[in-house]
Amino acid sequence: MHDHTIAGLAAALERGECSSVELTRAALERIGQAADLNAFITVTPESALAEAEAADAARARGEAGPLTGIPIAHKDIFCTDGVRTSCGSRMLENFVPPYDAFVVEQLRAAGAVSVGKTNMDEFAMGSSNETSYFGAVKNPWDRQAVPGGSSGGSAAAVAAGLVPAATGTDTGGSIRQPAALTGISGLKPTYGRVSRYGIVAFASSLDQAGPMASSAEDLAILLEGMAGFDRRDSTCVDRPVPDYRAQMVGTDLRGLRVGLPREFIEAEGVDAEVSSGIDAAAQALRDAGAEVREISLPNAGMAVPVYYVIAPAEASSNLSRFDGVRYGHRCDAPADLEDLYKRSRGEGFGEEVKRRIMVGTYALSAGYYDAYYHKAQQVRRLVQQDFARAFESVDVIAGPTAPSTAFPLGEKADDPVQMYLSDIFTIAVNLAGLPALSVPAGFGGGRPIGLQLIGNHFDEGRLLGAAHGYQQVTDWHRQRPVVEE
Amino acid sequence: MQFEAVIGLELHAQLATRTKIFSGAPTAYGAEANRQASAIDLGMPGMLPVLNEQAVHYAIRLGLALDAEVAGRSVFARKNYFYPDLPKGYQISQYELPVVGTGHLEIELDDGTRKRIGVTRAHLEEDAGKSLHEGFARMTGIDLNRAGTPLLEIVSEPELRSAREAVAYMKKMHSLVRYLRICDGNMQEGSFRCDANVSVRPVGETRFGTRAELKNLNSFRFVERAINFEIERQIELIEEGGEVIQETRLFDPDRGETRSMRGKEQAHDYRYFPDPDLLPLEITPALINAVRDELPELPDAKSERFQRDYGLSAYDAGVLTGSRELADYFEAVVAAAGDAKLSANWVMGELSGALNKAGLEITQSPIDAATLAGLLLRIRDETISGKIAKEVFEAIWDGEGDADAVINARGLRQVTDNTAIEAMVEEAIAANPEQLEQYRAGKTKLMGFFVGQVMKASGGKANPQQVNEILKRRLDG
Amino acid sequence: MPIDANEVGQIAHLARLSLSEPASQAYARNLSEILDFVEQLGAVDTEGVEPLAHPLEMTQRLRPDEPTESDERERFQAIAPATEDGHYLVPRVIE
Repeated sequence: MHDHTIAGLAAALERGECSSVELTRAALERIGQAADLNAFITVTPESALAEAEAADAARARGEAGPLTGIPIAHKDIFCTDGVRTSCGSRMLENFVPPYDAFVVEQLRAAGAVSVGKTNMDEFAMGSSNETSYFGAVKNPWDRQAVPGGSSGGSAAAVAAGLVPAATGTDTGGSIRQPAALTGISGLKPTYGRVSRYGIVAFASSLDQAGPMASSAEDLAILLEGMAGFDRRDSTCVDRPVPDYRAQMVGTDLRGLRVGLPREFIEAEGVDAEVSSGIDAAAQALRDAGAEVREISLPNAGMAVPVYYVIAPAEASSNLSRFDGVRYGHRCDAPADLEDLYKRSRGEGFGEEVKRRIMVGTYALSAGYYDAYYHKAQQVRRLVQQDFARAFESVDVIAGPTAPSTAFPLGEKADDPVQMYLSDIFTIAVNLAGLPALSVPAGFGGGRPIGLQLIGNHFDEGRLLGAAHGYQQVTDWHRQRPVVEE
Repeated sequence: MQFEAVIGLELHAQLATRTKIFSGAPTAYGAEANRQASAIDLGMPGMLPVLNEQAVHYAIRLGLALDAEVAGRSVFARKNYFYPDLPKGYQISQYELPVVGTGHLEIELDDGTRKRIGVTRAHLEEDAGKSLHEGFARMTGIDLNRAGTPLLEIVSEPELRSAREAVAYMKKMHSLVRYLRICDGNMQEGSFRCDANVSVRPVGETRFGTRAELKNLNSFRFVERAINFEIERQIELIEEGGEVIQETRLFDPDRGETRSMRGKEQAHDYRYFPDPDLLPLEITPALINAVRDELPELPDAKSERFQRDYGLSAYDAGVLTGSRELADYFEAVVAAAGDAKLSANWVMGELSGALNKAGLEITQSPIDAATLAGLLLRIRDETISGKIAKEVFEAIWDGEGDADAVINARGLRQVTDNTAIEAMVEEAIAANPEQLEQYRAGKTKLMGFFVGQVMKASGGKANPQQVNEILKRRLDG
Repeated sequence: MPIDANEVGQIAHLARLSLSEPASQAYARNLSEILDFVEQLGAVDTEGVEPLAHPLEMTQRLRPDEPTESDERERFQAIAPATEDGHYLVPRVIE
């Protein structure tokens, strides 16, 4: 049962072969069995079963949609009314928001059943899920390896079949890189497609929520449920949500113009097995009728340094609200105001978060703004212009999602710059605000390889179509890790 | 050595919107602590700002009134610092691209000449909350009701040269924002606040001296006193061989002095950067035109019109256009009573005096414009004299009804009947043969004595002009 | 650009973070490496390039001036570390 996709489970529910309560019980049971993965921070069995019963009742009334009764999990960065939202941090260890994020509202309204909150890098700052206050998440394919991050808990939960789908957020690759490292499909939509309301902010001009699941088709179903206009986020676009599944099915690989950026293929430090996996994927696309050609993104190599100025700068400001006054961690017996701030924040934030706050504070401070922040914003425009030029001649850009397969736990934990480089292929997409996804494209040493496909702004339908087409001619996305019972 | 002062003001006007600048929480003053602080105002995780369009319209109004450039594209920036009344750890403000660019305001100086003061910029930002230091054991209480209230910060050029000029500028701006109905101007409630940058330099010097920023100037009087104190302090310091340091100084109204805010971090590094939650603000020419069409007549234009159309002096026109409400009241009186000078004298004289004494605003006047006009009409048609009118005014103020009701009830109608006045004149002459003798012998100033006798006999109601004429004829005849 | 422990202290103060002495040393090393890494941006020719603050070529959407929020003080203060009489409490601030 747990290998089923959303599409498959919805059909089974519709045929009456199972109920949502049964699916939810089974999911809760698997979550308990797979506790060693540490994929969840909070599990909510009672509310999950109540939601499942409501979903079954809705179905009985003939009011079921494609997500009705499907168990899902939310990354613990989405605020959930009455359910602790920790963001992977000691700072919010006991924070119970009095409101739901837009994405949570939308998916609940669509009938999805939330079984709990998944583990993540603290404040989404990390690429291995090792910065979580609640401990590292293990990769279901290799329990000695990381699942990627920051949406590592969601990725591991879907890969291990604990839930058919989960939500994630992606600021520099936090959906796509863990999707690649755990062999699942994950989509970061166009910036502005999904409301950021109720998502604990990391870097506001880069953050975007998206779905993580087992197939492109499931991503399409979930995106349709998550997207929509929200007046509470003024950067959320007011444009209709298309029928992504119809657009996906209507996309033909034949004649699809696919660009392979030379800079991605020739990048240093890419594992040979990743390179050959991507070569094979390109060949599969060609065989299916796509026109695959080489393109150039000359400034792509600057994306990581640009990101490591802009993201920490925005984060340093976004995380100032955590001061121990209105919510969150407060130190014991503060001597004075400064002591209250410094100790509450010093104790509440972990190493990597503090590191990025300091980098961002430095980059914005008097005398350094022009050399760092202003310069980074200029190069950011060059990166975006590269993509705009590329999309004049191709429909979709393809390449590796990550330079390597899942690396061993602890390997990069003490080397921030090496860790940052695991997002070398994903970050440029966030800088430009484009939609992109990762789909499974083979294995290296028994660990999954991810193929990244990048689309033009608001062209998610065609992007999902390309991924769906690829999944019609390959079966990597159906591979599952052996679950240790 | 002769010194001159160089002063620039930063005025903060709370905008009179119903809701906050970035949230839908109400802005009403005086609610219980934190009852008007929404999740957005509290800086809760995941909350996002959405700009209030009315605040933008109000900023455009001010920009147009200052003859300033309204920016087609402006940008919100974050000003980062930690303070308990600043929930997000940053204030959303504008930095490099403010909504209103350079403009100007004309003020009138004490000698009657006019001076144009440059306005550097005006930008939109959010207000902070309030810290309460009393009432909590060894703790400070934080009330965030005010957090997120829209502010327009209006920055002047350093072109003010005395405390008097600074106050004239501030009063003019205060009147303007109330004219525009963008700010209620209530200084006790902090709706209109002032910081002053003050420096001094030897006369003839073109470079600026080191300035001090004065805070806590929450009345016109405090602004004047604080600036004067600060100018004296700086001159004395320099003359004694000392040096002014750049710092923030707090005005202490009890001691009438400014003092350094020691202990507070002086060198701030605000780390301004464009707020990534807010895209650039676009203001189209069409919107500017729409706002311009709704703009009321501004004080200077109104004052000119009052002088031209009503024949008022510049001074009277200036006083009557001091607030839009007073000007409206005056115009309503003129429209009904038909004598601009008489109307101006009464509005500025009896009425303003009575309002002042009672501590009331023109909008709270117990005598409305129509009622005052009714009184003036009775003066004009000679039903009562100007002197009796003052008695009638007081009775109306005390709620005894309108002018006609008071005149009738108290029997104050002026006697204009020649026969009746002649009778009273005859009586007065007959009763005072001695004085008549002296008058006719050449002591003509006894005329006043006879007028007094007749007026007394009439209970003050005889028409004084007629009394004069008839008396003169009879005494001289 | 190398950052020393002293500078780390200043940055940590601006960001209101308490750091232990050994941690400051480690952060100094990390921050220096990160800044070295991002300094490759200096090599990019950005003459005349307009900075990009936001990926969307859009302007700001405004909201009508209508109240949408109601009083939820009790809910909000239920998760606050210290309150009294509806106020949030901090150690006494001297002005």
